[in-house]
Amino acid sequence: MNFALRFRPRGGASLWVGAILVVALVLAAASSLVWTPYPPAAIDVAHRLAPPSAAHWFGTDNLGRDVASQILAGSRVSILVGVIAVGIGLAFGVLLGLLAAFAKGLIEDGIMKFSDFVFAFPALLTAIMLTSTLGPGVVNAIIAIGVYNVPVIAKLTRATANSVLSREYALAARAAGRGPVAIAFDHVLPNIAPALIVQATIQFAIAILAEAALSYLGLGAQPPQTSWGKMLADAQNVLYNAPRLALYPGAAIALSVLGLNLLGDGLRDALDPKLKARG
Amino acid sequence: MLAYVLQRIILFAATLLIASLIVFAVMDILPGDAAQTILGPTATPEAVAALSHKLGLDQPAPIRYARWIGGALRGDLGLSYAYGSPIGPLIASSLAVSAPLALMAMAFAAAVGLAAGVYAADRRGRAGDAIVMGASQIGIATPNFWLAILLVILFAVTLRLVPAGGFPGWQEPARALGALILPAVALGAVQAAILTRVTRSALIEALNEDFMRTARAKGVSRRAALWRHALPNALTPILTIMGLQFANLIAGAIVVENVFVLPGLGRLMLQSISNRDTLVVENGVMLLAVIVIGLNFVVDLACAAIDPRLRAPAA
Repeated sequence: MNFALRFRPRGGASLWVGAILVVALVLAAASSLVWTPYPPAAIDVAHRLAPPSAAHWFGTDNLGRDVASQILAGSRVSILVGVIAVGIGLAFGVLLGLLAAFAKGLIEDGIMKFSDFVFAFPALLTAIMLTSTLGPGVVNAIIAIGVYNVPVIAKLTRATANSVLSREYALAARAAGRGPVAIAFDHVLPNIAPALIVQATIQFAIAILAEAALSYLGLGAQPPQTSWGKMLADAQNVLYNAPRLALYPGAAIALSVLGLNLLGDGLRDALDPKLKARG
Repeated sequence: MLAYVLQRIILFAATLLIASLIVFAVMDILPGDAAQTILGPTATPEAVAALSHKLGLDQPAPIRYARWIGGALRGDLGLSYAYGSPIGPLIASSLAVSAPLALMAMAFAAAVGLAAGVYAADRRGRAGDAIVMGASQIGIATPNFWLAILLVILFAVTLRLVPAGGFPGWQEPARALGALILPAVALGAVQAAILTRVTRSALIEALNEDFMRTARAKGVSRRAALWRHALPNALTPILTIMGLQFANLIAGAIVVENVFVLPGLGRLMLQSISNRDTLVVENGVMLLAVIVIGLNFVVDLACAAIDPRLRAPAA
């Protein structure tokens, strides 16, 4: 057997391309904590709309701010929003999903009906409604996107947990007198973790898109905080003078989302070979 | 089928009721007094109290809810604080832009998504499949408002073929339709990419079924079996996703309408949010909820009509 073929990892190309893009995103965010070429919010009107050069890799915007520094700093907001919004979704979603799977009956029906209902609402609409009530800002954007994630995770948790609970080992554990909490931690969670990780990756991508859209509309990050969505809104004001300013933040969003989606697909293939076999 | 339809209608009505309660509750905790916002920061407390009373804002919540729903059922949505005009016509005129936009975007998404999905499934594992799947990954990752800006850069800034935005009104139907083409493409592209993937996987699943082998064994050509047997069986998941997609289209329109400065529902809502024009936002969100829930209702019925197994009573 061909050695290289035998050791080819199961995720394939999408896993690796996705992983590289996501690592690049994380590195950009991490490095921006300690270093950016210029302070991202520093205004320098004398050098406004400068083309890309050695001093300003991506040029400057209409207030003379360094675009490369803003892109680096913007990755921080994207990651922050993604991590917390997905965290909220996982924390409440897993809890509700497990509750539904274990409780059955009316509680299960209630939780699932509610999830279906919230699920039918697009993330962006939920976010717009909530930020309009709570006021604009990154924190409220995070809450809004997090709320949308809860039913997605809850539905997945219930469905996967139910299939674990119908297995012999779960029945055996129950017959041996183990309580629902012990069964949840020892048998259900370890078995549904792969599915949750894959879904969390996809929800992370959706969170980045939603944050960018909210910030573009002025409902997310507020000045002086920078965000890719806000950069696109600023770029639109000088579209005729410097169309290139609209390219960088958009490409940053698209590459991050692409990376996360590919990573999710790759992880699904790697963690669950059965799904891959189905094509 | 009749029992199924009745059951769906009851569920539809119940969902609408819950939706209206949630929308009312969320908008009701809006910080900031609407009367104070209308009169400005210099208004005296007495003037604010008087306006609150006139607008009925000092009534208890259940009464305000009942008045809102009662009014809506009679077609009276109340007055916009900011525009000082009835909300019904305001929303209707914005829908005259948003509804054609959403329909055009959905038509674009369905045409591209179904065609590309069938093509990829038919050539599963070959180069054409890989190219379509790669393109759809990029399509899903591209934010619709960025695509919208890129289209503006290409067609308005560089080629100067179309104006960068704005809407001439339906008095000039040709120019009005023209103004909606780029927004519809920007809005529909992501949904086309998603639909491509759904169509492909649903079709591949159907292609692996036993009835496909039977059809081929009977002498039905590959292409004919695909269209006559596989596609109808793949249609249920495709239709379900399309229902959900329409909801996403409507939400996405809020952003895309802003890129193209279209006077649609999205722009009206956004302006009303910054004006703290609560009633307009409340009615706008409720309208979107009615559209989304209504669409899911129609999709459920359509799926039951296509697939008799769905309307069988649960065993």
